Amino acid sequence: MAETAQMQVSDEVAIRINNMNKWYGAFHVLRDINLTVHRGERIVICGPSGSGKSTLIRCINALEEHQKGSIEVDGTLLSSDLKNIDKIRSEVGMCFQHFNLFPHLTILENCTLAPIWVRKTPKKEAEETAMHFLEKVKIPDQANKYPGQLSGGQQQRVAIARSLCMRPRIMLFDEPTSALDPEMIKEVLDTMIELAEEGMTMLCVTHEMGFARQVANRVIFMDEGQIVEQNEPEAFFNNPQSPRTQLFLSQILGH
Amino acid sequence: MSDTHAESIAFVRESSLPPAAPPDKVGGPLKWVKDNLFPTWANALLTVVALYFLYLLLAGSLPWLLNGVWGASSLSECREVLDGATGACFSVLTERWHQLLFGFKYPSDQYWRPTLALVLLFLAVAPVLFIDLPRKMLLFTGIYPFLAFWLIWGGPIWGPLFALVGVVVGYMVYARLVHNSFAKALAAGLLAAIAVWYVGGFIGDALRPASPLLEAVPSRDLGGFMLNMMLGITCVSLSLPIGIALALGRQSHLPIVKGICVVFIEFVRGVPLITLLFVANVMLAYFFPPGSGVDLFIRVVIMITMFSSAYIAEVIRGGLAALPKGQYEAADSLGLDYAQAMRLIILPQALKISIPGIVNIAVGLFKDTTLVSVISLFDIIGMIRGPILASTDWNGVYWELFLFASVLFFIVCYGISQYSQWLERRLATDHR
Ligand SMILES: Nc1ncnc2c1ncn2[C@@H]1O[C@H](COP(=O)(O)OP(=O)(O)OP(=O)(O)O)[C@@H](O)[C@H]1O
Ligand SMILES: [Mg+2]
Repeated sequence: MAETAQMQVSDEVAIRINNMNKWYGAFHVLRDINLTVHRGERIVICGPSGSGKSTLIRCINALEEHQKGSIEVDGTLLSSDLKNIDKIRSEVGMCFQHFNLFPHLTILENCTLAPIWVRKTPKKEAEETAMHFLEKVKIPDQANKYPGQLSGGQQQRVAIARSLCMRPRIMLFDEPTSALDPEMIKEVLDTMIELAEEGMTMLCVTHEMGFARQVANRVIFMDEGQIVEQNEPEAFFNNPQSPRTQLFLSQILGH
Repeated sequence: MSDTHAESIAFVRESSLPPAAPPDKVGGPLKWVKDNLFPTWANALLTVVALYFLYLLLAGSLPWLLNGVWGASSLSECREVLDGATGACFSVLTERWHQLLFGFKYPSDQYWRPTLALVLLFLAVAPVLFIDLPRKMLLFTGIYPFLAFWLIWGGPIWGPLFALVGVVVGYMVYARLVHNSFAKALAAGLLAAIAVWYVGGFIGDALRPASPLLEAVPSRDLGGFMLNMMLGITCVSLSLPIGIALALGRQSHLPIVKGICVVFIEFVRGVPLITLLFVANVMLAYFFPPGSGVDLFIRVVIMITMFSSAYIAEVIRGGLAALPKGQYEAADSLGLDYAQAMRLIILPQALKISIPGIVNIAVGLFKDTTLVSVISLFDIIGMIRGPILASTDWNGVYWELFLFASVLFFIVCYGISQYSQWLERRLATDHR
């Protein structure tokens, strides 16, 4: 499995983060983040609660503003220029912990909305694309229901399909399975694994260590707003270097 | 078989139970009465007291209602017919029917015009109220305000016609530019519309016919329930979009926009409507260029609209605040711009939450249109208090007239309330 993971990584840089710092008021959330993600790479970010994992990936599509350093996505520099922000957002898909589907629209409308309005895709074509991705996440038969009628796992898969309909080149996941019951986690992870196997560039905040071992090229451990350790999954789990990583791993793998 | 095993603790069901029909509702009407009206001593007592009050109410009002006189031509004639018995004098309604509905100055051979406008109104609002109707009908909704204006006020057709053309041209310019930039398109559309109105004004003056197709009726001559309806409908339909804009402005990150909206809302909410109406009557004339003679009707509409849009803005702000932050983030992360996110994601949900509050304000606004009677406009209340009660024929017929006005208002307000409940059910998609 590790081999298939290695194969698809190219030299092309998808995301380059340089000395990025962020403050919430006076609180220094992210400190000197340096991270380069290559196209096709799958990165899992983990770390204790409050360590700034969500904040980091939300900075990448400008849901949060960073105050120092630079973020470059697909060669576009993220600045306060709205044009650049819109360009980056339309290339970067994002899945949230609480799905954030649009409850007043059907599943199909959720999936076609952004392609129609942002990409100006004709409605018919957008619907075909949407059905394609809904089939991929294995819920085409729910297309005309509303989000409130679906289970949590189904909703998260719709959220993934909704992002994919924009044909993103990078996908960000913020704890996509942590609001789900155990039996639903698997169906979402399966979808994500499939996506990884197709070579999608992925940044994923998750505590699903099985998933990390299976698909990640790199695992990043964050604490107190800094990247404390990063390594290939085997080395990361079997031979963690920093004491903080060891403590964290012993806590989440311990029971 | 299951009986023999009933005492053992371990249990495995070997065959599933067949589904059974729910038990019949037992008991007849007598049982219903006992369960619902006299379940305990205290409740029985309450029921008896309530029934007694009901009896008093009906005993007082029914003879008066049923014994009503419909055919007399004055109050004294009514009294003669009744000959001492209790009874209402409903004749005032039939005799002053047209005055109650249209006021006392609207030319009586032209009553068909507002009546037709009312009939067409139903056609025009139908596609707005019932989202399942074909969208093509909205075309007529767009034309309706100009048509209704022409029907009610009459005069040369050029005014409303060029107003309509200006709106259409403005919209076309807007639609052409909107995918580049929403703000620029809006500005260009507005400019185009104003240009057309300006040019249209000259053409209209040049083409002014000697005698227009529909006789012109000045605003001062409008009255009766018609005036209440006109004010209510115009103000509700204007204050909803303005209220939305104010609510969004109040949330804006631009300090000046936000400041203006906050000051406007807080100021207008802090002032009684009746003050604003007096201002409309006297003061507002100073703000407009002298000689422009902005119509009193328009001045009143401006004031009531300002008033209710401030309230609607606050209701919608509540709706906006109730939406989870995740909805904004999801819209942003998909690359929707501000206008798209608002129009497609945020407002549909926020407005849905705000329906009860908005309806509350719409109903209140509609009833508040009767306040214009204090600035000597002859709406239905103005008509009753003024020309009708002051006439020698009908001096003293308070109950019948105000009952009639209440019934008219009740019908409209109850209709609005029923509609809003239907709409809430229709829009329910959360299935919680
Ligand atoms: N809007 C905000 N304003 C102020 N502080 C914030 C805000 N959002 C997050 N924080 C703080 O920033 C820190 C990092 O938050 P973040 O959500 O990135 O943590 P996380 O690693 O994702 O944690 P979790 O695993 O609990 O999701 C936390 O200490 C949090 O309290
Ligand atoms: Mg988080």
